[in-house]
Parts: sequence; structure tokens; C-alpha cells
Amino acid sequence: MTDLAVQIRGLGKTYPFFTLDGIDLEVPTGTIVGLIGAGGAGKSTTMRILMGLVRADHGTVRALGYDLSRDGEFARREMGFVSEDLCLYAAATLKWHIGWIRSMFGTWDPAYAEDLLRRFDLKPAQKIGGLSRGQRVKALLLLALARRPKLLVLDEPTAGLDPIARQEVLQALAEILADEERSVLFSSQNTLDVEQLSDHITFIDRGRVVASADKESLLESWRSIRLRLPAGGGLPEIPGLTRDGGSERIAVCKAYPYGPGLLDTLQAAGAEVESVERMSLEEIFVAQVMREREEAGA
Amino acid sequence: MYIAYTQYMDMHSELTVSRSDGRPMYLQIIEQVRRRIASGDWPPGTEMPSIRQLAVALRVSVITVKRAYRELEQQGAIETRHGKGSIVAPRAEAGAQLMEQDLQRLLDQILELGSVLGYSAEEIASRLLAAAEDSEEARR
Repeated sequence: MTDLAVQIRGLGKTYPFFTLDGIDLEVPTGTIVGLIGAGGAGKSTTMRILMGLVRADHGTVRALGYDLSRDGEFARREMGFVSEDLCLYAAATLKWHIGWIRSMFGTWDPAYAEDLLRRFDLKPAQKIGGLSRGQRVKALLLLALARRPKLLVLDEPTAGLDPIARQEVLQALAEILADEERSVLFSSQNTLDVEQLSDHITFIDRGRVVASADKESLLESWRSIRLRLPAGGGLPEIPGLTRDGGSERIAVCKAYPYGPGLLDTLQAAGAEVESVERMSLEEIFVAQVMREREEAGA
Repeated sequence: MYIAYTQYMDMHSELTVSRSDGRPMYLQIIEQVRRRIASGDWPPGTEMPSIRQLAVALRVSVITVKRAYRELEQQGAIETRHGKGSIVAPRAEAGAQLMEQDLQRLLDQILELGSVLGYSAEEIASRLLAAAEDSEEARR
């Protein structure tokens, strides 16, 4: 028994034009972890290594208590993976696929599968080849969810879905939470989806983890601050404060790590605080990545 | 058993969080729970939904509900019994007291915002009276 459904340490993989550089990632059992990154940041590669589809150059990967380099096949019996480019048989129907997965996994839940068919608005008799992109993603999710795996690994499960389908998928993911033994790792470029459901968030950029924290602490530690500057005086040099706009007298800044003491420091330096606003996860992601890239470039 | 279940369902379907509301979701949960308690809808001793159940019902993360419950507990609005979940604090006066606390908190915020804008307490008081007249007029 372990408290971590996934434990990745120092994961590395080098391709000619991309390097996954020492990724550390944990998914505590019973939580949803959101992996946010731009296209090509390394989200899919990390997930593929976790699923044994790609071999890592170095690092260790453990899932559900198994060392994946040794006991991968045991762990993967209890893991479900959804990725848009997973292959289904185009000429076969969804019903055929359901029968196929069901025959391989004793944990298949037929009532849950029926329920998901109805909610995802999928027709069992339809051939996979005739499905739209969104329908295909929903079919893959159904095939993974109805097995009731202990760990779900979802690579951009909401990409390309219309708003109704997206809500249905998010609802299905939220319901997994009801069982505290089950865990989800999901990636997205859509920070709203991640913000809503995740307990823990990891930002990944250019093959590196740039931030990893529980969602509430992450949202709490950033603020956007509007300041009126004293005449003739610039923005005071304060650690953690970066200016990203405004005019000569007004500065719009991002503060990280934010604490109420920062406002006192600003007032003491002669700047007048006009507003302090919380930032959305998307704004935080962009700010964190830009800061990280600047530091890497400097 | 069935009755307990429906009561429970009713209870958390009364809560909603909005993504377009600018405030963080845990604050929305806190405010709504406090309002239910203050209005007497959830009398003292009422069993609260479990953290996981509420997270699923509201489609928010477990950690968000956890945070809301932790603060509600610190505020004295709910009590968590080890291993048995949470209940509305069993004090008869809790409702009115919570509303009183809410009012005080809002007043503090108004004063703070006013001082940032450079208003004196008297100016803020006259703004409040003017606002009361406006809302009176709007109601007519």
C-alpha cells in the first residue's frame, strides 16, 4: 500500500529536437493531478513513458506500488490510458470494442458502460471510422472508464470537444473522485478544465517542470497588483515583483510569492496600491512560464 | 435509509458554484454554507455532506472543498468530528452570530477600500446612506 499512485523521479528522454529534462511528478492516491503545458512541452511524452509506450533514457517511474521498469504489465492492468492517437479498429463498431475490452478486463462494469453510452450520446452500432474527433475521444474515455481502473492517465481528454461533450466528460471525471482509492493524471492546454477539477497542478514547459503545487496554494501565491508610483520615482526593486505593463505613473505588476507584507513594503517605498487581484490559473501559468524562460535565457 | 439519502441530496444540491463569478470557488462554498446556516435552513447539528461527496456534486476538486471546510471550522460555523464527518456547529445562536460576523467583515472591507480611495469614515457613511436611498428607489 502506498500513498502515491504515481511517483516519477528524474525522468529524462532525449530526442533530436526535444529533451525531457529531469521530470519529477507525483499523483497522491485519491487525487486528480492536472498537467498543464503548451503543445510540445513534454506532457504526452511523460504520459507515454508512464504507460510503457516510450522507453525513458533515465529516471524511475513507479505506479500503484509497482516499479514500472520491472512490473509494468501488472501495474498497467489497473491503469487506463486515453490519448487521441490511440488506435481503435476503424472498421469495427463501438459495440465490438466494448466486447473486446470487456473480455480482457474482469473489472469491466456493464451498467456504468451503459450509463456512459447514454451520457456521451454514443451509438454502439456505429463504426469507429465514422466517428467525429469528439466522438472518438468520448469512445476512448468510455472504454477506459468502464474498466474502473485505479489510475487513469488522460492525455488532453477535453481537446476538440464541443461544450456539451466537455461538460459530460468533466462530470464523468468528477465522479471518479467519489472513490478515494482512484486517481487521475490528466493533461490539458485548457487551464479552465484543470482549474476546476484538479487537486494538484504541475506546469511543464520545454521538457521541464516549472511549478508543482496544490491548486489552492498556487492560486493563493500569485497576485496582480496595480500601483500608482510617486512622481519622479520608478518602481521600487522588490524581490518577487515584476512589472508587466502600465504607464509612467501607473505600474501593473505580478507578485509571486505574494503575502500581505508585500503591500506594506510597497506603501513604505512610496507606491500607492490601487488594486490587488487574484489571477486565473491561465494567467499564473503564462507568468510562471515567462519568468522561467527569462531566467533560463539570462 | 432512503429518506436520509434524499435529505442529503437535497442538502448539497442547494449549493452551487459559478465559474464566471470572479471569487475563488472555496469562498463561494464558504459563503453559501454560512448563508444556509444563518438562515436556519441548516439547523445546528445538521450533518454536512462529506468533502468528497460535495466535491463530486459541485464538480470541483477535493482540495477546494477541504479548504472551505477548514475555514468554516476555524470560523466556528461547522465542527468536524474525527472520522465521522462534519456537522453544523451545535450552538443555538450560531446563525445570528454568523450573519453578524459577515456584516462586520464587509464593513471592514468597505473601510479598507475607502481608505485606499482616500475617503474618510464620514464620507463613506454618507455614501452608504445614498446607496440605501438608491436601492429604496429601485424597489419602488
